[in-house]
Amino acid sequence: MSQQTADEILDASYLEVRAKVLELAAVLDRLDRAPGGTERSPRRDQLTQAIEMLLADDPDRAAKVQHWFSRQYDPDWKTKLGVETPSTK
Amino acid sequence: MDFIDPHIHMVSRVTDDYETLARMGCVAVSEPAFWAGFDRGTVDGFRDYFEQLTAVEPKRAAQFGIQHYCWLCINAKEAENVSLSREVISMIPEFLDRPGVLGIGEIGLNKNTKNEATVFLEHLELAIKYDQPILIHTPHLEDKYQGTRMILDMLCDDSRVNPDRVLVDHVEEHTVSEVLDRGFWAGMTLYPVTKCTPDRAADMIERHAGERLLANSAGDWGISKPTAVPDLIFTMRRRGMDEALIRKVVHDNPVEFFSKSKQFHYTPR
Ligand SMILES: [Zn+2]
Repeated sequence: MSQQTADEILDASYLEVRAKVLELAAVLDRLDRAPGGTERSPRRDQLTQAIEMLLADDPDRAAKVQHWFSRQYDPDWKTKLGVETPSTK
Repeated sequence: MDFIDPHIHMVSRVTDDYETLARMGCVAVSEPAFWAGFDRGTVDGFRDYFEQLTAVEPKRAAQFGIQHYCWLCINAKEAENVSLSREVISMIPEFLDRPGVLGIGEIGLNKNTKNEATVFLEHLELAIKYDQPILIHTPHLEDKYQGTRMILDMLCDDSRVNPDRVLVDHVEEHTVSEVLDRGFWAGMTLYPVTKCTPDRAADMIERHAGERLLANSAGDWGISKPTAVPDLIFTMRRRGMDEALIRKVVHDNPVEFFSKSKQFHYTPR
């Protein structure tokens, strides 16, 4: 549980978050104005999706966004890389 | 508040940083062996580096009343050179009985390759053979989740590894729970640019009640802030978090974890 009330958190971070949202908006505008900026690209799509994830009603947004930007974990990695641990030997 | 930075690369910092840390309440630091910014070519290069970590830095720190501890290994970036890694691993025991050597680290993965995993496993053997605590580096950015899971697999596959004597560093929101749930200690790195901010670290502390959690600056030769731990203390205070909880994360937890090494001799002032 947070020691601060929602109002206190907003008092402390409202302007900072406002500035971060504006920064995002400005980068997206800049991308649109740039040559090739309106074309789709994997990185742009990844960012767009991440921004959409912020709007979800979810108590784990930070972890979900982290996962979104992460490579997948393959439980079979030891066989694929040919690595032996005490449990595979 | 007295604090300990459990992961900082002082060999790459100027003496003024020791002074600043001391002024801000730093009583001890622990310095894991890491990459020097270039790949070292010979085992003697590492011997000199370990000399610097075990003899030079403790003296430099002591001038400001700071205790200096260290961890030894060849880091994941240089593990691609498996033969050199093996030479370094077999030389490390020369230094394990030096005062201030807490264990093996920071070992881990960087790009999650086969060679990195091989050298990681050989370091584990070394740590087990000499009964040493372990400090672990997890990869950054998109490789962090995969690499952290691979590291946890390798640690948990070996029943001789005691999770309570292992610190997994650079955890973030998507890796912290898994590390703590499996009984390991977890370190959060407060980097000014690419990694965790003091507020995000405070969020993780809030969610996990600070249990087995440490915070560090990982200050090195790159853009980093050696005073990141005092920044976290300031942020937690501003958020009204309990003084005892702050002290637990920045002081008591490092003391408890380091005490798993018989070479840690510390009395709070
Ligand atoms: Zn490091």
